[in-house]
Amino acid sequence: MKKVKVFITLKESVLDPQGQAVMQSLHNMNYKNVQDVRIGKYIELQMEDSADVAGQVDTICDKLLANTVIENYRYEIEEEVHS
Amino acid sequence: MKTAVIVFPGSNCDQDMYYAIKDGLGEEVDYVWHAETSLDGYDAIMIPGGFSYGDYLRSGAIARFAGIMPAVIKAAQEGKPVLGVCNGFQILLEAGLLPGAMLKNKHLKFICETVNLQVKNNGTQFTTRYNQNEVIRIPIAHGEGNYFCDDATLKELQDNNRIVFTYSGENPNGSRADIAGIINAAGNVLGMMPHPERAADALLGSDDGLRLFQSILNHWRESTHAAYTS
Repeated sequence: MKKVKVFITLKESVLDPQGQAVMQSLHNMNYKNVQDVRIGKYIELQMEDSADVAGQVDTICDKLLANTVIENYRYEIEEEVHS
Repeated sequence: MKTAVIVFPGSNCDQDMYYAIKDGLGEEVDYVWHAETSLDGYDAIMIPGGFSYGDYLRSGAIARFAGIMPAVIKAAQEGKPVLGVCNGFQILLEAGLLPGAMLKNKHLKFICETVNLQVKNNGTQFTTRYNQNEVIRIPIAHGEGNYFCDDATLKELQDNNRIVFTYSGENPNGSRADIAGIINAAGNVLGMMPHPERAADALLGSDDGLRLFQSILNHWRESTHAAYTS
């Protein structure tokens, strides 16, 4: 089994109103050194081993998990260790 | 004209759309469940507003892969009028039938109010009953209507007169170029955040939306008449 950790972030050219609101709150809490806040998504997939897990994850991200008009994604594939 | 109103789990404007067509236009209309796979026999396709699949992941992202969607794409390719309102617009964007994407509203609030819309292109089959640049009153109700596209796409939309509606006066959600509704290059797929079906009867406060449906019917009558006589 593989554990896939997918990180989805808004493209730099896209304004993030949520991030701006959170940054304002941090400034109100006196964390004046916070320069920017960007909010993204973190998704975990558990996948059975197959020949091309990375290729599948690319397709899954392009088709469904991310909207590449506004978002970028990256992922990490780890060996699932059963305890 | 026989119209299909697609119903997803979480659609909540399907009945408004149904009655706008049935009672407002006086035309035949059916609900079509998302799990169906054919739209054969329908002349026009409506994708209503709501929160399909709870808006999980992104608005419209999951609906885009519903069983009915290949039939919607086929109908669009065949040149049938396809109207997506609010969540329907978001689904059309996710499906790639229209360019761009939706972001959360600029001020993060879900906005539910009647706004002024300007008709920027009254030459489409959805807008012939409006005057060019006419300002109409149509309700909006969305949290993610902040239309975004890149510069090249915006230029293409502007150069080809594909921005059909803009917000007149204050832009409620921060959309690029005040965009409220756009059309595809072929001119048969319209996506818009405001709800014409909620303004289809004077009793609802405005009947400005009814003319959009009348425009579709008018175009359909003219094109079928032309087909019979040619």
